[in-house]
Amino acid sequence: MLMFALRRILVSIPVLIGITLILFIMLNVVPGDPVALMMKEHASAEVIARVRAQMHLDDPMITRYFSFLWNAVQGDLGNSIKLNRPVTDLILKAFPNTLMLAVCAALVSWIIGIPAGILSAVRRDSLLDRFFMGFSLLGVSMPIFWSALLLQYVFAMKLKLLPVSGFYGWKYMILPAIVLGWSSAGVIARLTRSSLLEVMRHDYIRTARAKGLRETGVISRHALKNALIPVVTIMAIQVASLLSGAVITEAIFSIPGVGRITVNAISSRDMPLLQGAVLFATALVILGNLVADILYAVLDPRIREQMKKAS
Amino acid sequence: MTHSPDIAAPAPEAIEEASFLRDTLRAFRKNRMAMVGLVFVTVLVLAAAFAPWISPHDPYRVALDEQLLPSSTTYWLGTDNFGRDVLTRILYGARVSLVVGIVPSLISLSIGTVLGILSGYLGGKTDFAIMRLADMMIAFPSLLLAMVVMYTLGANLLNIFLALALVGWASVARVVRSQTLALREKEFIEAARANGTKRGVIMFRHIFPNVIPTLIVLFSLSIPEAIMWESSLSFLGVGVQPPGASWGLLVAKGKEYMFQAPAVAIAPGIAILLTVLAFNFIGDGLRDALDPSMKD
Repeated sequence: MLMFALRRILVSIPVLIGITLILFIMLNVVPGDPVALMMKEHASAEVIARVRAQMHLDDPMITRYFSFLWNAVQGDLGNSIKLNRPVTDLILKAFPNTLMLAVCAALVSWIIGIPAGILSAVRRDSLLDRFFMGFSLLGVSMPIFWSALLLQYVFAMKLKLLPVSGFYGWKYMILPAIVLGWSSAGVIARLTRSSLLEVMRHDYIRTARAKGLRETGVISRHALKNALIPVVTIMAIQVASLLSGAVITEAIFSIPGVGRITVNAISSRDMPLLQGAVLFATALVILGNLVADILYAVLDPRIREQMKKAS
Repeated sequence: MTHSPDIAAPAPEAIEEASFLRDTLRAFRKNRMAMVGLVFVTVLVLAAAFAPWISPHDPYRVALDEQLLPSSTTYWLGTDNFGRDVLTRILYGARVSLVVGIVPSLISLSIGTVLGILSGYLGGKTDFAIMRLADMMIAFPSLLLAMVVMYTLGANLLNIFLALALVGWASVARVVRSQTLALREKEFIEAARANGTKRGVIMFRHIFPNVIPTLIVLFSLSIPEAIMWESSLSFLGVGVQPPGASWGLLVAKGKEYMFQAPAVAIAPGIAILLTVLAFNFIGDGLRDALDPSMKD
């Protein structure tokens, strides 16, 4: 088991390095002088030359990439051009807000998605099942920015129950968490449903029923344990979609998180900040996938046995 | 004169193909939601194509004395902050969304198919290289990756195509690869190999046709995704630029006037929701019709 985890971690490292390379290439092929573009007409040629030298923009691309990689390994992602502060500091300061948003949203998606999925599977093809599955399709098909606006309009502007936007306490977290969680609740509900349906076909479920167990007992004590394994691992993979969603949610609700840093970095053409924020988010996704793989092996003895045989 | 029987009767594989197509169509037609989706999309395509003839209004004409009007018989959904008809703007926005749904999906599908077949059939180092590249692309959160591309190349429609194609190809390649791996072991491929058929011919004449049903499903499901990403990019200001009319952009601009005229922001959002739903219904219907094993 430990060997498996270690090997999985080792495999992630080249992926992460490859990602730094792809990101570096994408951000450094910008046509035109990035410094001149950022400073627009306010800067003289002298200032531009000085900033270029500071950013080592005149060095060859390869040298720049390796120094970027070397610094990144040590936790130094360079300085933000616009804010003139270390990118790492800016991201670490914003990250707790994004983390809180993501955790609240994930909770919302589980609280809605898992019970809805279970009920749908138990009452398969009933009106309830159709209602939940239709609802989940609606959740997936609704753009986050639009459902955010609707909720803002109804709960903040019309009913005045909750604040419109900003970030000054738990009340400010309710709408963003619902908006972001709602969008992935549908995925969780569908997965829970299909996974439970799959498990219900097994012989041991028939045995449990034959024993005279009540249906609720069969489901809660026997079926759910196995059915929820893929759901648990999907939660770790959810990181990617929550991060993409957080970019939009944070922009609408003015939450000072990593997503908003990214949007601001683009509008102020702050390349080091953008590079750092995207690298940070992608590293989180890789971490999420890693956790998912390991969790899967921990939770499912069958996978664990396969791992033992393979290694 | 004797009639050669194979002139009159179609080749056996032609019959099989025709009945496969017929079965698929029949299964698809039986799916009520899929048919509703198809009708909606057809109407939308026609409306977008004939927008100038359908709407009496100019989507770009600024009329400052007619700002944020409520809905009326002249302006069905009212007007925006520049006095432009909201419904007309939505109709023109449909052009952007439909094109953005289809073009990048075609690009990413083509790239993903070629790389997926190469990866699955050739195996070895080629497989390793392509799959590791795909792993990396999939690790990027899609929206951030698309935003980086837009930052680098600049915000315009062509670059949206590129950004979304870059986001989408990797997952296509993975699916096609796993199908190719399964097909490679089938007898007819083995027979072709034993015949001395060239690798390229096997890959694209024998394996490719068998992946097409999956590709159709992937295509129909990637359209709503692309529409969603485009609207998100445009909403964040890194997609279609004003005065262009993209649904995401319309919501973004309309949100400033939520109090005075909520319809300006809400109506284009409903357009996105309905279109994405319709394509999802079609995709689900196609999947169930083409490959029942993918259901649930």
